Amino acid sequence: MNKEKQLFTISVYTENNIGLLNRISAIFQRRHINIESLNISPSEIEGVAKFTIVVNMTEEDVKKIIGQIEKQVEVIKAYYHNDEETIYQISGLFKIKSKLLFEEPQIQNIVKESNARIVTVNKDFFVLEKSGKKEEVVALYNQLSIFGIMQYTRSGRVAITKEEMKISELLETYNN
Amino acid sequence: METQTIKNQEKAAKITERISGSEAIVRCLIAEDVKIIYGYPGGAIMPVYDELYKYQDKIHHVLTRHEQGATHSAQGFARISGKVGVAIATSGPGATNLVTGLADAQIDSTPMVCITGQVPSHLLGSDAFQETDIVGISTPVTKWNCQVTKAADIPAALAKAFYIARSGRPGPVLVDITKDAQFEEFDFCYEKCTKVRSYVPIPKTVTGTLEAAAKIINSARKPLIIWGQGIILSEAEVQFKALVEKAGIPAAWTILGASALPTSHPLNVGMLGMHGNYAPNKLTNECDVLIAIGMRFDDRVTGKLDEYARQAKVIHFEIDPAEIDKNVKTDVAVLGDAKATLEAILPLINTNSHKEWHQQFKDLYEIEYEKVIKGDLHPTKEGLTMGEVIKEINIQSKGDAAIVTDVGQHQMIACRYAEFNKTKSNITSGGLGTMGFGLPAAIGAKMATPDREVVSISGDGGYQMTIQELGTIFQQKAAVKIVVLNNDFLGMVRQWQQLFFEKRYASTEMVNPNFVAIAEGYYIKAKKVTKREELAGAVKEMMESKEAYFLEVCVEKEGNVFPMVPSGASVSDIRLA
Repeated sequence: MNKEKQLFTISVYTENNIGLLNRISAIFQRRHINIESLNISPSEIEGVAKFTIVVNMTEEDVKKIIGQIEKQVEVIKAYYHNDEETIYQISGLFKIKSKLLFEEPQIQNIVKESNARIVTVNKDFFVLEKSGKKEEVVALYNQLSIFGIMQYTRSGRVAITKEEMKISELLETYNN
Repeated sequence: METQTIKNQEKAAKITERISGSEAIVRCLIAEDVKIIYGYPGGAIMPVYDELYKYQDKIHHVLTRHEQGATHSAQGFARISGKVGVAIATSGPGATNLVTGLADAQIDSTPMVCITGQVPSHLLGSDAFQETDIVGISTPVTKWNCQVTKAADIPAALAKAFYIARSGRPGPVLVDITKDAQFEEFDFCYEKCTKVRSYVPIPKTVTGTLEAAAKIINSARKPLIIWGQGIILSEAEVQFKALVEKAGIPAAWTILGASALPTSHPLNVGMLGMHGNYAPNKLTNECDVLIAIGMRFDDRVTGKLDEYARQAKVIHFEIDPAEIDKNVKTDVAVLGDAKATLEAILPLINTNSHKEWHQQFKDLYEIEYEKVIKGDLHPTKEGLTMGEVIKEINIQSKGDAAIVTDVGQHQMIACRYAEFNKTKSNITSGGLGTMGFGLPAAIGAKMATPDREVVSISGDGGYQMTIQELGTIFQQKAAVKIVVLNNDFLGMVRQWQQLFFEKRYASTEMVNPNFVAIAEGYYIKAKKVTKREELAGAVKEMMESKEAYFLEVCVEKEGNVFPMVPSGASVSDIRLA
């Protein structure tokens, strides 16, 4: 097993429960594991939530973490995957002064080349949205920050695995 | 097996009855066959106490002197009976006082349901009087918890609580119920919980693992079994004994596994870990196959992991998949409930005796006897030893007593030397090491099994952490035998200070009160022993007493517990002095 730290995407299918985020984050906190990013959303199955957690750790440790997560009563199943095994995206939002669009013509080129989308424009500011790998969003940030960004925020990773998760089948066996 | 029993029970007919949330709580407890609960009233739980008043012929509420005592009593009750212990408290400080007991039950896998009152739901989050986020606070120390704000949700929440607490690897559960939900009326109907969709209490045994384990066991030349509380929790004592005897394998126990196999059994080779026996610790690093059953390789058992049983193939029988490879890498993991897996593996195991290997244990025992045990049990020097007190209790109990210990030197000595004929007889705080556990736990144990002799053994330190529970003993007329081994020190810490901190006895010396007077203040018969010639008579008098009895034994002040695997050392480096 690889003993080097690497990024893993942990996918946790759960019942929708108020205290569960606390319970799951405590597992990481107790072991001094920094959560690189966290996203909670509905999953493909009705009533089942999906946590997408990105961590930087060894495979040996991530396996143990999976065990601890699955041990929680309201967790249906947890998986871990490396970047090669997942298709993943993050999204970044940039709020920029509108007048820069006219004063700094490079900005228009940057927007075009980055495949970023203009979400809204008004006389004071415009908002750019860029989805992609974290590095792409960060690259856009670096380019735009030279001109000044009024607000910037980045989402957690959302990921789909190449491998089948088979949660529906699993739930079927639980129901029987 | 739990789930199976529940499955087979017929579900209650769905006839509803209009009652309050608080009455529903009591009715749920009755439906779960709860007869004794431990608790302490207060504002946010008062509606429930009002109902307990009405139902006192069905449920006996034990007023402890502190909520921590309520949890430990519930734990003692659970540990000796195998049933779910129940503790109840009000919001705020009442709830936070449960936390130590919850943490203790969590780490020692004790089935317990705690019910707390909470401020009315419209005040939640407003920093109301006696409001505390007990669900948030208790999350890391519970197997499951939840808050209920509507009366209609109470039956399902409590049904789930009991099911989760007792099934699979047991543990503590907390249900926090707002006061408005207690007052609210609704149509009550109780259905026992038999399943939670996302929860697999007993994992499936992976195909082929039993055969693989049997093959390794059958070809082993120097196998060692190490067992834990899993045997007791799954009530697999019979299956376990059959395996040990058929395979002829020496078997050693963790502190929580004690009493699952009688002390006198020829293949019981003693206790593992930091203050365990010499042979099983030493030979852990010589065995060729290590068979762990229902235990979790706690650091107090393994010592330095890098030098723990590296030479051995490791087989792990375990109900909790998260324990597999957590600390010790296994070659074969047999998932499942110990009773079922042990029963299934028995026919695959060859009869054997491993005589020469067993002789190695006997030889090392002789060394330990000469260097440690003889001096502990048959001392020739003046001061009384803790060991000789335990020996006297053994003589009087003939090994039939349940021994409830606190935490520290007396605990290690009691677990090392107490003789157990019956299972579920050693009740102690193992994982958390909670000083103050013993006395209230003994109350719970005694009330769960009034016919059994229950002896609480504490040190002078831990005893004073929950000494107020003498009031509970007095009020309940619980015939607990209370032994305090008094060395006027926090002995275990003092031992470490002596061995590892050059005898700098920082804050370990205790200036103690008149313990006999305190016990007598609670109208409990009491005696103090300072001389060897008084000991046997006093222990006999205590054990023959039909009611509670307090015995203080003044033991040597600076006695040490050996053998000892120093913290962070290998089990091979176990010290005899």
